[in-house]
Amino acid sequence: MCENKVYTVSIYTENNIGLLNRISAIFQRRHINIESINTSSSEIDHISKWTIVVELSEDRMKKIIGQIEKQVEVIKAYYHKEDEIIYQESCLFKIKSEFLFEERQIQNIIKDSNAKIVHVNREFFVLEKSGRTEDIELFHRELKAFGIMQFTRSGRIAVTKDEMKISEMLKVF
Amino acid sequence: MEESYTLEKKEKTITKESISGSEALMKCLMAEGVETLYGYPGGAIMPVYDQLYKYQDRIHHVMARHEQGATHAAQGYSRISGKVGVVIATSGPGATNLVTGIADAQIDSTPLVCITGQVSSHLLGSDAFQETDIIGISTSVTKWNHQITKAEDIPKVLAKAFFIAKSGRPGPVLIDITKDAQFEEFDFSYQKCIGIRSYKPVPIVNKKQIEAAAALINSAKQPLIVWGQGIILSEAEDIFKALVEKSGIPAAWTILGASALPTSHSLNVGMVGMHGNYGPNMLTNECDVLIAIGMRFDDRVTGNLDSYAKQAKVIHFEIDPAEIDKNVTADIAILGDAKDSLTQLLPYLEEKTYSDWHQKFKDLYAIEYDKVIKNDIHPTKEGLTMGEVIHQINLQTKGNAAIVSDVGQHQMIACRYSNFNITKSNITSGGLGTMGFALPAAIGAKMAAPERDVIAIIGDGGYQMTIQELGTVFQQRIPLKIVVLNNEFLGMVRQWQQLFFDKRYASTEMTNPDFVAIAKGYYIDAQKVTKRSELKLAVQEMMASVGPYFLEVCVEKEGNVFPMIPSGASVSEIRLE
Repeated sequence: MCENKVYTVSIYTENNIGLLNRISAIFQRRHINIESINTSSSEIDHISKWTIVVELSEDRMKKIIGQIEKQVEVIKAYYHKEDEIIYQESCLFKIKSEFLFEERQIQNIIKDSNAKIVHVNREFFVLEKSGRTEDIELFHRELKAFGIMQFTRSGRIAVTKDEMKISEMLKVF
Repeated sequence: MEESYTLEKKEKTITKESISGSEALMKCLMAEGVETLYGYPGGAIMPVYDQLYKYQDRIHHVMARHEQGATHAAQGYSRISGKVGVVIATSGPGATNLVTGIADAQIDSTPLVCITGQVSSHLLGSDAFQETDIIGISTSVTKWNHQITKAEDIPKVLAKAFFIAKSGRPGPVLIDITKDAQFEEFDFSYQKCIGIRSYKPVPIVNKKQIEAAAALINSAKQPLIVWGQGIILSEAEDIFKALVEKSGIPAAWTILGASALPTSHSLNVGMVGMHGNYGPNMLTNECDVLIAIGMRFDDRVTGNLDSYAKQAKVIHFEIDPAEIDKNVTADIAILGDAKDSLTQLLPYLEEKTYSDWHQKFKDLYAIEYDKVIKNDIHPTKEGLTMGEVIHQINLQTKGNAAIVSDVGQHQMIACRYSNFNITKSNITSGGLGTMGFALPAAIGAKMAAPERDVIAIIGDGGYQMTIQELGTVFQQRIPLKIVVLNNEFLGMVRQWQQLFFDKRYASTEMTNPDFVAIAKGYYIDAQKVTKRSELKLAVQEMMASVGPYFLEVCVEKEGNVFPMIPSGASVSEIRLE
């Protein structure tokens, strides 16, 4: 039995209604929790790129890639280990404005973490931070002591260190 | 849109005229060569039925008595003809009633195009009358599905649907069409789909892998072939037979592979799996090279994977890349269409005989014959056996009939003992194990192959799940032979209760109606057999009948199907009693 690890899945697809249902069902019927999911346009016009983070064994990961690629509208799917990608996640924190002005420590946390203030008014201010999972978790822990009114975090987005020859594949068609 | 981003490749355009979406659907079906479709009308599909009325001289619509029956009929039609089965139903319950048949087609790789009506597009998501999210519901049991809300999309989506359903590893596709799209008029033209950018249905065979496979096969001392439905789906029967004969390798079959090589062929060593033959199951764990062709190592075939053919090098011929290493790890995987792969492999194979190895199969068959087969097909004790009924049918049909079996003990007996001379003669629900499959599937099979004897073998349980399709048999005048093997039990469940649940027969005993009276109520000739002495004549009468015929055979109540690999056990732990 292989050990469970975090894998990032990249899927290139046609942009069609209903595909989310098909792809999520592949994970669902095998009782695999999707840690995060993101879809967006890709480097290729009219092709969507999905980035899905899951934790499972490599053996199962390979089988799931096969099942994903089997879907008619999926062009290609890959899985990557943590050291094979460059990734970022993004998050927003809404915090009472009084802390910004009265708690010097918050100001230091913001400065040290390279977070950005994206909105300020009398009642609250909003911080944005992008980074790796552990950076965001640390930032979250540091701010939690002061009270967080709202917190939200995006799915992971990633690019690989190695080239993915998806454009060449599409030319063959 | 630039050409490079056109999603589908298309064949030349035919016609251009302004017509409604539902008439366009008729023209799409005709362009795809559809002559028969199975379905059931209802509110949201009425514009299509109105056009079916108009085109009834060119498209024969068979009204089933339940939408599930329509899907199974289309499956039977497809399985015996190799064509795409087409089903049509209304929205809501009509659509949801299709789901069992679609799931069955998905797991058994049967090409279907199912067309459902849907509420008008402005009502979508409003919980309108007979609205259901059939796209969401059918997603996990279809190869592809799509909802159409504009008439102009009908031709391109239908073209894509047929291409996806029949290409590569075939499967069911569902197309949901809103009622307004059925009414809407547009300039119709049709182009057959010949390729889709994101979909590569048939992998190209790798020559180096073929050479490696040939070298491994030629070096084998005790090779074993296990073939599945892939041979039939790729129409590779002739090349497969040539390959078996040249290589001299014993060949065993999965339940859906049955009939691809005649039962009587000297290198056909029988069925693998839970109720398969003793020899091929035992020797799976002794062969040095296991050559799997067009089969997916289903758990009913492999038993416990931890002890399945561990000593063997495995060569897996498969069209679906997702099947490679899914259950059994392949030493050599050959992706591609079975016919292409085997054609390329054949010249590399050496002619061999493996007489000692064959003798092992014969020795094990002799043991199985003595302990099981003899008692099943030539019983001396009181009480008719299912095996002797199948044996009697073999004698009367000389192995030329198509056997459509339901699910349960009789299915295993029918598959084990039927003689198949002709390919595509074993039509059964293998993967999903759908009780109620056989009667409607036999309707479709007989309609697709009217020149053949089609015999449905059904248990008393499964028969009552789709018994209403007798109405379809009667109305369509389908000269089908229906044999119900009645043991007044859900026999397979009862067998498991006996063996693994201390004979606690919970809800498996059936109090049955007068089946003969029911058949006669549908104006179908019928008789009931309770004694061995009546069997031969009854089967003769059935086979001689011109119209549909129903034969009920009352068999022993607590007969069991052996051999049997207990669930989760190794194939070599197969029990003979």
